[in-house]
Amino acid sequence: MRPILMKGHERPLTFLKYNRDGDLLFSCAKDHTPTVWFADNGERLGTYRGHNGAVWSCDVSRDSTRLITGSADQSAKLWDVQTGSQLFTFNFDSPARSVDFAVGDKLAVITTDPFMGLTSAIHIKRIARDPSDQTGESVAILKGPQGRINRAVWGSLNKTIISGGEDAVIRIWDSETGKLLKESDKEDGHKKPITSLTKSTDGSHFLTGSLDKSAKLWDTRTLTLIKTYVTERPVNAVTMSPLLDHVVLGGGQDASAVTTTDHRAGKFEAKFYDKILQEEIGGVKGHFGPINALAFNPDGKSFSSGGEDGYVRLHHFDPDYFNIKL
Amino acid sequence: MAEVVSMDEIRATAARLDIDLSSVDLDSIRLPPGEDFGVISDDEDLKGEDPLEFEAGFGNIIVVDNLPVVPKEKFDKLEGVIRKIYSQIGVIKEDGLWMPVDPETQKTQGYCFIEYNTPQEAELAKEKTNGYKLDRSHIFAVNMFDDIEKFMKVPDEWAPPETKPYAPGENLQKWLTDEKARDQFVIRAGSDTEVLWNDARQSKPELVYKRSFWTESFVQWSPLGTYLATVHRQGAAVWGGATTFNRLMRYAHPQVKLIDFSPGEKFLVTYSSHEPSNPRDTHRVVINIFDVRTGKVMRDFKGSADEFAIGGTGGVSGVSWPVFRWSGGRDDKYFARIGKNVISVYETETFTLIDKKSIKVENVMDFSWSPTDPILALFAPELGGGNQPARVSLVQIPSKEELRQKNLFSVSDCKMYWQSNGDYLAVKVDRYTKTKKSTYTGFELFRIKERDIPIEVLELENKNDKIISFAWEPKGHRFAVIHGDSPRPDVSFYSMRSGTNTGRVSKLSTIRGKQANALYWSPGGRFIILAGLKGFNGQLEFYNVDELETMATAEHFMATDVEWDPTGRYVVTSVTSVHEMENGFNVWSFNGKLLYRIMKDHFFQFLWRPRPPSFLSPEKEEEIAKNLKKYSKKYEAEDQDVSLQLSEQDREKRKMLKDEWERWVNEWKRLHEEQKLERQMLRDGEASDEEEEYEAKEVEVEELLDVSEEVISFD
Repeated sequence: MRPILMKGHERPLTFLKYNRDGDLLFSCAKDHTPTVWFADNGERLGTYRGHNGAVWSCDVSRDSTRLITGSADQSAKLWDVQTGSQLFTFNFDSPARSVDFAVGDKLAVITTDPFMGLTSAIHIKRIARDPSDQTGESVAILKGPQGRINRAVWGSLNKTIISGGEDAVIRIWDSETGKLLKESDKEDGHKKPITSLTKSTDGSHFLTGSLDKSAKLWDTRTLTLIKTYVTERPVNAVTMSPLLDHVVLGGGQDASAVTTTDHRAGKFEAKFYDKILQEEIGGVKGHFGPINALAFNPDGKSFSSGGEDGYVRLHHFDPDYFNIKL
Repeated sequence: MAEVVSMDEIRATAARLDIDLSSVDLDSIRLPPGEDFGVISDDEDLKGEDPLEFEAGFGNIIVVDNLPVVPKEKFDKLEGVIRKIYSQIGVIKEDGLWMPVDPETQKTQGYCFIEYNTPQEAELAKEKTNGYKLDRSHIFAVNMFDDIEKFMKVPDEWAPPETKPYAPGENLQKWLTDEKARDQFVIRAGSDTEVLWNDARQSKPELVYKRSFWTESFVQWSPLGTYLATVHRQGAAVWGGATTFNRLMRYAHPQVKLIDFSPGEKFLVTYSSHEPSNPRDTHRVVINIFDVRTGKVMRDFKGSADEFAIGGTGGVSGVSWPVFRWSGGRDDKYFARIGKNVISVYETETFTLIDKKSIKVENVMDFSWSPTDPILALFAPELGGGNQPARVSLVQIPSKEELRQKNLFSVSDCKMYWQSNGDYLAVKVDRYTKTKKSTYTGFELFRIKERDIPIEVLELENKNDKIISFAWEPKGHRFAVIHGDSPRPDVSFYSMRSGTNTGRVSKLSTIRGKQANALYWSPGGRFIILAGLKGFNGQLEFYNVDELETMATAEHFMATDVEWDPTGRYVVTSVTSVHEMENGFNVWSFNGKLLYRIMKDHFFQFLWRPRPPSFLSPEKEEEIAKNLKKYSKKYEAEDQDVSLQLSEQDREKRKMLKDEWERWVNEWKRLHEEQKLERQMLRDGEASDEEEEYEAKEVEVEELLDVSEEVISFD
């Protein structure tokens, strides 16, 4: 089907997130306002105004009432999804990068960037049921890795936190004691910064994308490398189909390195791979800048991509897609 | 051959010593000077051979002998004369001229020492003034100070050289006996150089040899594929062997820039150019000709860059390479270079000029050898404002007899194209139009093997068409021309034989409006690739000239190079590091089917290993071509086996992958189930765990849009 082109952001997209029901799509961009859309027809529902910097990521609670966003204005904010009002602001001393709600939505993990001599850190915050009880205190702060942490998510049963970032190492932390449990080893792991990390729906495995032009699939519990998907471009965004054994990689040449000669040169395609055979199935073209964000609808029947070009493209699959045989 | 320690061995040693290699920063290790821990450096022995620039510190001193013996009174005068001669060549150091005086007779001893600032100047002075006639009885004998020392050390008695026992060498042509008849190629990407088999059946290459930092600038196969040459700061080296690549020989030539093999790979020409000590001077050029097998210098040429840059092709940019062009055929008998108004032809028996003199050709611009015979084609442009016509002539070597000559008028430029068997020579002639404002192009076609060498003139239908590219069919009688205007030029094919009249050129076909700017014939002829490189983004058209039909069109985006394998079965298109992206190469079958593609960052070079020409006689080849079916049966069966095996392997692999995945999924399901309760607890008892399952419910919604009542008459 023809993709739906959603023009609502003025600057490059940074993150996309569907709610659990798959009817809402939240988008973050380097402009300061996260936006919520109808995931079906791409209609814009509303925006969340209040940040004063690029918004790097967001997460929505299971019941679709709370939204958390992390921004370069050195804060993370809690929002009421329905009204768009700010409920709480977590202030930091450096830009907030990645945010993720834990199972049960009572905890959230927020990463902050290295900034003005501060090292990067992973903060665990308690999320109160009643916003009036909310405090900014951290349950735990994890420190250690050099360089920016691009993504940190909860592991199984909120017992661990998985992080990946500029130093190309994937780490699994104990979320209670803050101890480092596992690290991906040099042989198997990525060779260049990890740009993105998504969990499967059941949280049993996760996919990482890296500037080393590959994406890797890992077991959440043991950090065993299961698959590697090799592409021709640096990978900025990854996602997995919840329905079929497909993974999608998005990326492209760095915006500053894009040649002006030909639009094909950059390869700004969302590439589909067979999750098991690691073979390329096809690509979806359309963006005219690198793809920075990818998300699958939880029903597996549509996906959206957000690019450096400032557009979100919403693709509903044709019936043929569900019958692809390799 | 120095011992080469492989990375594997290093790892093994590290494991034995219980050292984590990854924790060792190798770059931070500094060895004490002069300590090598018993490890012989790869280059150590080469360094020793090197004529070091300041050997014993006297490299910049020359000794001038055979000076007149003069008494004290005339000492100053003689010194003045010498100083005048030698300061023209370079700057003599302060107190750098010393003429010893015999203390008894108070006369000079007939020689003097001159010290220059640099060894280069000293070398130049020696070359220029050795044999200089001061007067009839005083002919200078100039030597390097170091040489005298060296020659003094030569023992007086001649000792017979030790004959080393014969050690059988490796079979350097082993690669030709590959069972699957595959071809090899070398690629250079990043710091790695790899030699690989092209295994088209398996659709992937197979590694033969890989080495990091194998060469410092580039690699090059010898023309028959026996050697792979690498270029280093200290010189060039050749590698080869039966199963792997060992260093066979080294050729010391400091700062070598370019190398060139003779067609029979008997000789290697190396070239370097050196910054002059005086910035106003031109670069100094050193060319050595080595015997490939013994490594001996057969002849060296030294001079200023100007001397080697004469001729039309050199232009202002410098020396045109190769300076020495070798006569065709594998005899490596003659080589020639162009000079001002001369062509110097040398023969390799003695490495001297034939008849001790060069061929004088007024104003010669360009020359080329026939690829098979000792025949030179020369081009000299018009002289005296058109009073003397431009001419192209064919000269037989060594007799220097002119076989054929053609005068041409109002010529702006000429280019010569030999057919690979030396049967035909095409001369592309650009002529001025009457107004002299523009040029148009025609061809002069020489039939070398026919009696009296008939010449035919070919002009394109549209005389004003620009010629973009020209190429002879290898071993054949056809040629292809790209002509016309750049965005969509035409491609025409001509044959030197026409059906009834074998002596006339005839046009076969023109295909119009092709995005092509380069022609690549298959080495076996018949097939050609019309390639649109650079501006055309890598358009490829695989064309069959026998049938005059396109077999396939394809694109290798941004492709910069096209190279056929020596058998004409496969062709490679590559994107080299002139582009930042897309680096790598594609391997195609001759008919345009993409077999496999390899991406490599910083991709510099792709070169097929050449094969020596076949030993089969033309008759035998024809016979094989006739009975191809019979011969090909065996190979087809093999192909089928391989493809069956492949699909079998593929199936197995897929099954394995699927099974493995299944195991993971089952494990995950089990764990997921186990943790179900805990998860519910985390969610405050919310039971629904079915986040991954979705049911599409069909909901019918009836909406009442409008109600209207109407009375319909009933009849």
